[in-house]
Amino acid sequence: MKILLVAECREGRLQANINDLLGFAAKADAESALFLVGTQEELPKFAGTLYLADSSTYGEYNPEIHKQLLLDTIDTVKPDMVIFSHSSYGWDLAPRIAFALKAAQISEVVDFVDGKPIAPVCNAKLRRTVAPKTAVTILTLQAGAFSLAEEPTTTPTVEAISTTATGKIEFSGYQQADIGGVDLSKAQVIVSAGRGIGKPENIAIIEGLAKALKGEYGASRPVVDSEWAEHNRQVGTTGQTVSPKLYVACGISGAIQHLAGMKKSEFIVAINTDKDAPIGEVADVLLIADLKQFVPILTDKILAM
Amino acid sequence: MNILVCIKQVPDMESKFKVNAEGCWYDSSDLAWRMNEYDEYAVEQAVQLKEQTGADLTVLCIGPDRVKETMKKALAMGCDRGIHVTDAESFDKDPFAIASIIAKFAEQKSFDMIFTGMQSQDRGSAQVGVLTAEMLGIPSITTIVSFAFDAGQITVQRELEGGVKAMVKAPLPALVTCQLGLNTPRYPTLPNIMKAKKKELVVTPVADLLGVAVLQETLSLYFPEKKGGGVVLEGDSAELADQLIAILKEKTAVLA
Repeated sequence: MKILLVAECREGRLQANINDLLGFAAKADAESALFLVGTQEELPKFAGTLYLADSSTYGEYNPEIHKQLLLDTIDTVKPDMVIFSHSSYGWDLAPRIAFALKAAQISEVVDFVDGKPIAPVCNAKLRRTVAPKTAVTILTLQAGAFSLAEEPTTTPTVEAISTTATGKIEFSGYQQADIGGVDLSKAQVIVSAGRGIGKPENIAIIEGLAKALKGEYGASRPVVDSEWAEHNRQVGTTGQTVSPKLYVACGISGAIQHLAGMKKSEFIVAINTDKDAPIGEVADVLLIADLKQFVPILTDKILAM
Repeated sequence: MNILVCIKQVPDMESKFKVNAEGCWYDSSDLAWRMNEYDEYAVEQAVQLKEQTGADLTVLCIGPDRVKETMKKALAMGCDRGIHVTDAESFDKDPFAIASIIAKFAEQKSFDMIFTGMQSQDRGSAQVGVLTAEMLGIPSITTIVSFAFDAGQITVQRELEGGVKAMVKAPLPALVTCQLGLNTPRYPTLPNIMKAKKKELVVTPVADLLGVAVLQETLSLYFPEKKGGGVVLEGDSAELADQLIAILKEKTAVLA
């Protein structure tokens, strides 16, 4: 089996999710080639051929141009599978390739067993094993689902690629996140609020426990989207990635994007009314309780110690 | 201007799911159904664009009879008419088949702007929007968290990882897929709910629009194995708090 891995570069920086791609290649035990719109200055370590388009020519992500570069590479490599990360780059580009090749795409793959991809359903409450019916298959991989035992040290053989394709979509710059005064990545303890807090006033309950534990409070995406907490408190793929000594998830069901941002915490406590919530998958302790009643009692007991 | 918004009806994610008799999808009985969360943002943005431009706004939904309830919400939010593509087997169709149904419908109507959610909450493939645009040969931009239309052009922000956003422009016709937080979806008011009942809801059998076979099938659906080692505690709050404090003292250094 031959696979083509699609790595990503942003503002000249190779993105870390290349490790997921290499982890998948190792698990699938496949002969692999690598595709990247990036730069000679920051080449990935890879034992094989790297098809490299120069990002100073092809710019930051432009779907129409990157699509053509990748299709040309697929034409050369003739892979059985094309592998992306399930990232803002991968989930945007992959369906364009899938359509061009009339190939089955399976998204957010979490495992690969007996040559069959496995994907989550219903916020990871369920899983499904999928059978593609096309000659070429496209996969996007869930962040962190495939890890690399040993990072390669080899410098790849570089094949420069180019295209004259243009597109209608115009990229005009980045807006960086405003981290403000809070750096959750340095906190030893984080107590996070999820949708289960019910109303904005209940942030105070979460903040109270965070203070009692001498930590910071964080929030899940829905809480930030509802403007109950500032964006600089958001934990997850689109917020901050954290690994404190203790992470307390209050009323957080555990969407994959949230789990990706906190599952490396040393000890995880989840407080939730739903026993089956996916947060239970990563929690060391799952407390089945109504946080609005339970958290103030816990806070008082800690303060009284 | 002519706008299309595509929505999906999904189960409430807090539901107790069961695997169906065929073992390849979840059992659809005893579930509470609602509009896919991402699609609420798509409907809201489409309605805002209609309000800005005086455009005509169609909402499309594929599924069995029960999806009409979800379509009524979209109509009450401000869509002008509904297209219900009746399909009792829609759960079994892959993103390619679903997109081909939408594209087949849309190609006859020459929409200037198409809105979809960035993904569904149940299947979560994040493919249908982009595939539809590719089939129609129009530009598509995914995961948008801001949207503006002016002088025949859209200016949007794409959400990337780590809180970074990319600013992107495209000419119409175009398709965007909407991310959570794009706007604040409105609650339908009672007068608008009453008005929605009189709006046109066109029923189209899926056979009239479907011309492709699926490219993939689900072999089996199942519950993931629980991670070992996690302790589940239930009971009286005060006792739970004492138990948790004891565990934290033993396993972590944070209460030292």
